Amino acid sequence: MNRLKSKASVYLNRLIKKKALFITTVSFFIFSVPLAGAQEILSYGDAYVSGSIADAITLIPFLATDSTSGNINSMIFNGLTKVDKDLNITGDLAESYDVSDDKLTITFHLRKNVLWQDGVKFTADDVKFTFDIILDPRNAAPYAANFQDIEEIKVVDKYTVQFKYRKPYAPALLKLGTAIIPKHLLKNIDIKNCNFARDPVGTGPYKLAEWKTDQHIILDSFYNYFEGRPFIDKYVERVIPNQAVQFLELITGGIDSMGLTPYQYKYRTDTKKFKERFVKYKYLSRSYTYIGYNLKDPLFEDKRVRQALSYAVDRKAIIDGVLMGMGEECTGPFIKGTYAYNEEVRKYPYNPQKAKELLKEAGWIDRNNDGILEKDGLKFSFKLITNQGNKQREDVATIIQQNWREIGVEVEIQAIAWAAFITEFVDKRNFQALILGWTMPIDPDNYNVWHSDSMKDGGLNFISYRNKEVDSLIERGRETYNQDERQRIYRKIHEITAEEQPYTFLYFPYALPAVSKRFKGIEPAPAGISYNFIKWYVPEVEQKYTR
Amino acid sequence: MFKYIVKRLFLIPPMLMGISLIALLAMHLTPGDPASMRYGLNPEVSGSARAHLKELYGLDKPVIVQYGGWLKRIVTLDFGDSFIDDRPVIEKIKERLPATLILQISALILIFSIALPIGVMSAVKQNSFFDKATTFLVFVGFATPTFWLALLLMRFFGFQLEWLPISGMSPWYAQDYSLPHRILDLLWHLILPLFTLAFTGLAGISRYTRYSMLEVIRQDYIRTARAKGLKENKIIYHHALKNALLPVITILGLTLPALIGGSFIFETIFAWPGMGRLMYTAILQYDYPVVMGVGIISVFLTLTGILISDILYAVVDPRIRYE
Amino acid sequence: MNKKKRDWRKRYAFVGLSVIIVMFAAAIFAGFITAYSPNETNLAPEAKLQPPSREHLLGTDDLGRDVFSRMVYGARISLSVGFVAVIISVVIGVVLGAISGYYGGWVDILIMRVVEIVMCFPRIFLILMFLAFLGPSIITVMVIIGVTGWTGLARLVRAEFLSLKERDYVQAARALGASDFRIIFRHILPNALSPVYVSAILGVGGAILIESALSFLGLGVQIPMASWGNILTSGMHYIESAWWLMLFPGLAILITVLSYNILGEALRDLLDPRLKGYGQK
Repeated sequence: MNRLKSKASVYLNRLIKKKALFITTVSFFIFSVPLAGAQEILSYGDAYVSGSIADAITLIPFLATDSTSGNINSMIFNGLTKVDKDLNITGDLAESYDVSDDKLTITFHLRKNVLWQDGVKFTADDVKFTFDIILDPRNAAPYAANFQDIEEIKVVDKYTVQFKYRKPYAPALLKLGTAIIPKHLLKNIDIKNCNFARDPVGTGPYKLAEWKTDQHIILDSFYNYFEGRPFIDKYVERVIPNQAVQFLELITGGIDSMGLTPYQYKYRTDTKKFKERFVKYKYLSRSYTYIGYNLKDPLFEDKRVRQALSYAVDRKAIIDGVLMGMGEECTGPFIKGTYAYNEEVRKYPYNPQKAKELLKEAGWIDRNNDGILEKDGLKFSFKLITNQGNKQREDVATIIQQNWREIGVEVEIQAIAWAAFITEFVDKRNFQALILGWTMPIDPDNYNVWHSDSMKDGGLNFISYRNKEVDSLIERGRETYNQDERQRIYRKIHEITAEEQPYTFLYFPYALPAVSKRFKGIEPAPAGISYNFIKWYVPEVEQKYTR
Repeated sequence: MFKYIVKRLFLIPPMLMGISLIALLAMHLTPGDPASMRYGLNPEVSGSARAHLKELYGLDKPVIVQYGGWLKRIVTLDFGDSFIDDRPVIEKIKERLPATLILQISALILIFSIALPIGVMSAVKQNSFFDKATTFLVFVGFATPTFWLALLLMRFFGFQLEWLPISGMSPWYAQDYSLPHRILDLLWHLILPLFTLAFTGLAGISRYTRYSMLEVIRQDYIRTARAKGLKENKIIYHHALKNALLPVITILGLTLPALIGGSFIFETIFAWPGMGRLMYTAILQYDYPVVMGVGIISVFLTLTGILISDILYAVVDPRIRYE
Repeated sequence: MNKKKRDWRKRYAFVGLSVIIVMFAAAIFAGFITAYSPNETNLAPEAKLQPPSREHLLGTDDLGRDVFSRMVYGARISLSVGFVAVIISVVIGVVLGAISGYYGGWVDILIMRVVEIVMCFPRIFLILMFLAFLGPSIITVMVIIGVTGWTGLARLVRAEFLSLKERDYVQAARALGASDFRIIFRHILPNALSPVYVSAILGVGGAILIESALSFLGLGVQIPMASWGNILTSGMHYIESAWWLMLFPGLAILITVLSYNILGEALRDLLDPRLKGYGQK
């Protein structure tokens, strides 16, 4: 389909659009009043073009760890469960599910109307096949640890599948939402060396049409999708490695959507011309940025010192200055707005005076009047590292350096290339303090980051945080299905980490997507905007890429 | 001559081994490994998954064993599989080579067809206004950071005026363009990248031609020709030019390495799907098989380029004898 | 070579040299000619990304820092990267070229093969691999640019040595029992240096360009330290609006590199009008 189109036809389109503007606006209002009229403008067709920094790596979903592959895979495949727009768990390929009283058995009742994109029927065999493949060590599935407690997967009948666990594992329902792959195409095939990675077949709303390496991936809508044919006919991901160039492409219409930087959101897109053509969205992302202190370093052993450093960081200046206000203060390691996030924890508003007092209490005093604190002949001076190439983090580091100088703490910033950053500094615990960010899974279980077991080599508790209470809370949390109880557990963890400040939690940035105005039906929610992509549509008069 | 060619050919394998060894060692000595690069700091990937991946790729074995395995395969022209997506290296290279060649060969042609006349003219009219002006111009080009010029041109012609495409090699909806349409479209997308590459790359060839020409003009046989009363034009364009261009040929071989990978920054800016970007990401992700594969191919092409220009040189100038 | 031409060359050389001297002076006396500290941020919205004005000659960047100050202090980094890198290249290139040309035989073959290998590999990738090894800092950037840039020089020096070592005065020194070391450094090298000067000056320009490219990749000198390359790169993010952030550092690089090249080129003509060969970009 599609096929644009000479320049002339673009102009023609714009002309038509102008004439159609009145009609569109009126009909849009009609649609907004959720009564009649909607039928007339919900139209099929057009293409949605987005930009991506890097090409996808593999379309075998359980091997993909990069975000572009993840995006594309989420269009092509479905899992047993998914999260809805409010981040609650709901069935996807499973129509319903039940958890046994001992929490050891989860039974999924599958939808019966699901077809693979090649026309074959989807059944429980595909589900079992997928998890067998993931659990086969030869396939080195990166997320295999999410399924290590599974004892047995049983196909009860064609549309019922049962997972037996060795011990209760609360995140299971979410983790089992991993993409299901087709058994009839992949059985008896060496999955790592087959062409499925570039020629996938899923159950999802879109199927792969063309993949030109480092140029673009085109997906066509799947007419027989079990939730109905998506309105937008094509989903295109263009690879544009440079962010500045991506923005130029957005403005000139080369792409329909991209995530804006705070600066672009606030200043560059506030023009009439931009607002006429794009809608901007703003919602909290599931990630936070923090300063982590190596707790094995004697400098940071004392809780008061860490608290002082937190008091001395002007979060508001960082959010206003670096994020242009496009973020919110973070107080602990959970997604803000979810049940796990505790609003009532100790906070560290900017207060250099209090910071100085705490440091004095801890024995840090400027004895030789050089502006730097000392204790036992030791200067309060250390290295703050971050990964190179992340301008935002580098800017944050620059501001924090100034903040801390004001309380007599001297910091040298070092930005280190990602590879060396991980292997030489993080993995070897060879650092004093670092600025990094975490993107959190939707389930609040954070064993991999905060449990003392994850201090072991390669584990992600690289700051060596060890707190018995937190350990046991984490262990209980992942075995507890009752959400009220989990809420108490995670809010307690939040409270403890906020008090102890092993990290100085900095901020949650907003995700700031801009989408061309011709796309209707977008409903921002805690889950973002793309959860209902198949319901997006472009009224016929506004369609840009036509058949 | 024949002996020389054989000698050069024999030199190629040890050089290829040398470069591959350097590449492998460099990548092994550097902090970082493909497993950690692939999974990074992903809170959902456990440490055991990383260790398992290393084992799978044989990264837990000593370097020399890994190199031995690689050598064994390379003899059969098997470059191995990429650590990042498990695809054959050769396939990944094949996908990107056309884009690189289209851009770089057309740039080379453009550079030669502008630089040669400039070089010749400024030598013939030494110290004229033309000489001074072009000298200045090519130097400005040589001193310009390529990526800076690329971005500025893109901003002005692509963004502000919307005359030219901003990035990419072809639009995504080009799949059912007719062939002539495709070619036109490609040329359209080539304008900005080509101009940038040509402008910043003129200096080498044009200056070299100028020197070569100046030297030839001073030679005895040119003086003799003048003394015989031949027309100046004929002397310059018949006798001198031919001889002056010979050494320029030899420069061709040396421009090849830059041609293969040197322009990856440029490819990043213009979203051009070429080899440079492949190599760059491979280095960043410790994808040894790809780094070594691209390295081998670029060295091989360069050596072949040098050889061909040597042979050409000998063919057009029978006075040359290689020992 | 007529007189008029020499004058033209001399004028060029003079212009190039003057620009370089002005740049160096600015870098050295940075503290005196700038009104603001290069790293002082001002996060007030009205202080950020200001266009050039009387208070801020080249405007301010995204953290409200004065771009002029950053440019002047950045000159220290950019100029010294070029300078130090080339000194390293010259030392390596001259020593290896001299050894290769003087001794010939196996030593020569070995060194020249190494040169060929290095030349066949795209230099920027060699730099990236080393940089990954050593980690980026101003010192490693200088060293790596230097260590990867000596091959052309080595070939030049070798060629000079090949012809010079047969000269009578060298034979005479040898007959008098002078050591190889003395012959190489006392007798031959001084006569082989003029192409080295030229090539070195051209190399400085090249090194400055490479530094800017590394900064573009986020692999240059450490923040918050300024170099022309990283001022340019951080300005890139505002290309469609605050164009000056990107324009001026690029121009500074262009003018400096141009001056070095013009100076080198003019010197080339003045020192040896028959000299050929051209530094690779």
